[in-house]
Amino acid sequence: MPDLSQFQHQQAAHCETGAAAGLFRAHGLDLSEAMVFGLASGLTYAYLPFVKINGLPLMAYRMPPRMILKMLSWRIKGLKIRFKTFKNEADGQAFLDQKLAEGELVGCQTSVFFLPYFPKEMRFHFNAHNLLVFGKETVDGESQYHISDPVFSHTVTTDAASLNEARFAKGALAPNGRLYYFESVPESIDYDTLIPKAIRFTGKANGKRNITPISGVGGMKLVAKRIEKLEKDSKRYRQLFLGHIVRMQEEIGTGGAGFRYMYAAFLQEAAEKLQRPELHEWADAFVAIGDEWREFALLCARISKGRGNHTLKEAADFLRRIADQEQVLYNQMAKFK
Amino acid sequence: MKIDEVPQQADDIYEGETKVVYAVGQDGKLATASTQGWEAEIEALKDAVDEIEQQAREAWQRARNGETSPLEYHMLHQRLDVPMLAQAMGKFQWQIRRHFKPNVFNRLSDKRLQQYAKVMGLSVETLKRLPDTLEPGEPQP
Repeated sequence: MPDLSQFQHQQAAHCETGAAAGLFRAHGLDLSEAMVFGLASGLTYAYLPFVKINGLPLMAYRMPPRMILKMLSWRIKGLKIRFKTFKNEADGQAFLDQKLAEGELVGCQTSVFFLPYFPKEMRFHFNAHNLLVFGKETVDGESQYHISDPVFSHTVTTDAASLNEARFAKGALAPNGRLYYFESVPESIDYDTLIPKAIRFTGKANGKRNITPISGVGGMKLVAKRIEKLEKDSKRYRQLFLGHIVRMQEEIGTGGAGFRYMYAAFLQEAAEKLQRPELHEWADAFVAIGDEWREFALLCARISKGRGNHTLKEAADFLRRIADQEQVLYNQMAKFK
Repeated sequence: MKIDEVPQQADDIYEGETKVVYAVGQDGKLATASTQGWEAEIEALKDAVDEIEQQAREAWQRARNGETSPLEYHMLHQRLDVPMLAQAMGKFQWQIRRHFKPNVFNRLSDKRLQQYAKVMGLSVETLKRLPDTLEPGEPQP
């Protein structure tokens, strides 16, 4: 059982890693968000042209939703995460209430659109947001849920109807009321074997040993090619596509640059834990690559707005350069023992 | 990125909320830092919102002229598009588009209207009618 009297809300850069870190914290294991991200091998790149968001292809900078939690439960010995989905709202709410009454800290997968505490302009139909529910009380006959949303600086409350709508939103990645909680948590984590394993996995999944053309470094090169082809598209589509790249990178989750910085933070922590100086070097390299991603986003924004004399070719080549830099690192990481 | 380089371009769209990013501190260590927003990101978000609002305005005008049903306007106003709505409804995209025809929409069963209202987070009454004036609107809820 978590100790909720001691539970401290902490703002995180990303919802899933933040929720996982919050659950660990409540169960007395101090795992940082970056450590969660690294141990779960969350870092990647994926270009999914067949998944359209408002008519534009999906680009992701981390593993698909729930993968981080799943990876942790596979890798960490003694950690058991219970996932549950529901056929209808009544059952879903009843189960959540029951777990809260037992003093459990419960993670929920929700849509962003129906959460009233989100700023209006950020409310889109994104169904894989993660938040932690830590309590319920009745105010003037209305149920209020206390929520620790990892991407907010403060805790929030939400009425039952909104939370139900968010938990049972329909469409792509529909959460079906999905909730999760830690059933058993180990007393300590074997970093000496876990960290090298996680680093090797990230290296293999993204570098030259990755065989899928749409993920990892290959995915970046595909997007570079697509950017060059924008020349043939209408001006409006070109602008939307470039804006979409920036949004996918910076707005959704924590951005391309953001995930690279977060991974660098993991490598630094890992270097301390394992006393391996080369991890410090890789951390510095990922910080530099994160800076390049930001520069790339800025370039896309400029081309989209027609500022300066930048060309699509320039943006494509920039992205290829980033891909090459990441490739070198991934290939080293794949051999990390 | 260094901690003192973390962008702080506050904008109303975030309604005062902040976000967290990782940045390099004085000691060379990465730590979390709070940010109010970044220009490139804010502009991209505003463009995306503008685009969908523009489409909603066009649909409202067409619905006024009787060329489409209120459904198309409400769909866009609720920041959905045809593929998303089709998936949420468990229907084909052509079926959704067919419901954009005013005469088809007017014949929809209560059950179907109820289903649309549910996935879009609206009441059936709101779904059935077109607002009289087009306010630069907040999607419900």
